[in-house]
Amino acid sequence: MNRIYMDNAATTAISAEALNAMLPCFGQVFGNASSIHSTGRDARKKLEEARRTVAGLLGAKPNEIYFTSGGTESDNWAIKGAAFANRHKGNHIITSQIEHHAVLHTCQWLEKQGFEVTYLPVDEYGLVNPADVEKAITDKTILISIMAANNEIGTVEPIAEIGKIAREHKVLFHCDAVQAIGAIHVNVNDWNVDMLSLSAHKFHGPKGVGALYIRTGCKVDGFMHGGAQERGRRATTENLPGIVGLAAAMEKAVNNIEENACKVMYLRDKLIDGILSAIPYTRLNGHRMKRLPGNVNISVRFIEGEALLLRLDLAGIAGSSGSACTSGSLDPSHVLLAIGLPHEIAHGSLRLSLSDNNTEEEVDEVLKVLPEIVTSLRAMSPLYEQFLQEEK
Amino acid sequence: MYSEKVMDHFSNPRNVGEIENADGVGLVGNAKCGDIMKMYLKVEDGVIVDVKFKTFGCGAAIATSSMATEMVKGKTLQEALQLTNKAVAEALDGLPPVKMHCSLLAEEAIHAAVEDYMKNHPEAVI
Repeated sequence: MNRIYMDNAATTAISAEALNAMLPCFGQVFGNASSIHSTGRDARKKLEEARRTVAGLLGAKPNEIYFTSGGTESDNWAIKGAAFANRHKGNHIITSQIEHHAVLHTCQWLEKQGFEVTYLPVDEYGLVNPADVEKAITDKTILISIMAANNEIGTVEPIAEIGKIAREHKVLFHCDAVQAIGAIHVNVNDWNVDMLSLSAHKFHGPKGVGALYIRTGCKVDGFMHGGAQERGRRATTENLPGIVGLAAAMEKAVNNIEENACKVMYLRDKLIDGILSAIPYTRLNGHRMKRLPGNVNISVRFIEGEALLLRLDLAGIAGSSGSACTSGSLDPSHVLLAIGLPHEIAHGSLRLSLSDNNTEEEVDEVLKVLPEIVTSLRAMSPLYEQFLQEEK
Repeated sequence: MYSEKVMDHFSNPRNVGEIENADGVGLVGNAKCGDIMKMYLKVEDGVIVDVKFKTFGCGAAIATSSMATEMVKGKTLQEALQLTNKAVAEALDGLPPVKMHCSLLAEEAIHAAVEDYMKNHPEAVI
């Protein structure tokens, strides 16, 4: 059976460019970038090339790029590092209710350490209101952290406006841009961000590697203590194959952004319109326009998300859901609840996330298979039965 | 994460549907938690001659509903009341720990349907 992969917000397939760039680092270029000999210097050369590439693609300077183990580490470092380095100025942090758990759980942990956190609500589309950010700022506020685009519902946040507010109030601004790289234009100066997190495996790079941008002059404590790697702020021997793969994947993703976004948005819109017109009692979650090019998030009433995913998987289609059963807790996705969905509708959500690897034939296949699966699951749903009786 | 038996009962659930004029109906769970099970019984001379279910829920909820109906079909009401969630889970070659509550719901749904029958038929002796 041909597999149709539509879970690119979870992870993507590695690109040939990234893989080919990495291969020499598993062979000839095996050196430790901190070593003084030529084997080490070969590794150092590749490492700094990668850093220049990433910096250039973000509008940053090379010495503002720190390589990490991924988006989660970048978020942890940015938030904890900024919080503790600026504790003498205040203890207040502003974030939103729909951030990734890498941000939310970090903030919750900081609350236990004596910090105060404001979790801003969002509107029905998942948009943070910049005016709310400004209102929440107090003389104790030391950090604002808002994501560039939401991983579940794809809503693209007004980061440039929030960045302007943060700059005017002289508050550090961190942006989790994990879903944004290669999908929308990201520039640290246009956005006025002081820190920005990214992760390679979301844009056809390898897993286990990411980066944190830290603007020159920002006070942020180091994260890993040990050797002098990454200018003494993030110890441990650099993951050279991963870093080189990250840079190659990012170069391809960012340089082809217009062409890819155009293609993927066409597929996305066909999928959204197709599902909403073919299946009654469905709704699109997130904003129709201010949306990641590849994100489709639909609530299908009267059925539960995990059952839907398993049936899709049996048909060779990979997606994801915000249902409790897939989140490992009893509550459905915090993002779907934050946009105001009742629990029973949040349980029936389906996320299909596309990349430039997807084709129109795949979209057509999903549009053929999904309505049949929904009909079959609704036929065994007591909620649907009850709804039909009430309709009568 | 699911056994082959769970996947079998999930993808080809047995006894899906409703029984018109059922002798006993059990409804448990709530939509907020993402699981609702409804069981219908047809009873003759204290024996469950037919059973159907409808379930809103995850893969394990559907599979445990299907297995539970199979396990009580043709059994006496007394035997049905002795059905445990553990027995349902074992019959499915086990469930992931976070899904054990689904088997509990299946047990409760069967018991609720039997109790509903007894309420409707106070003369019945089991």
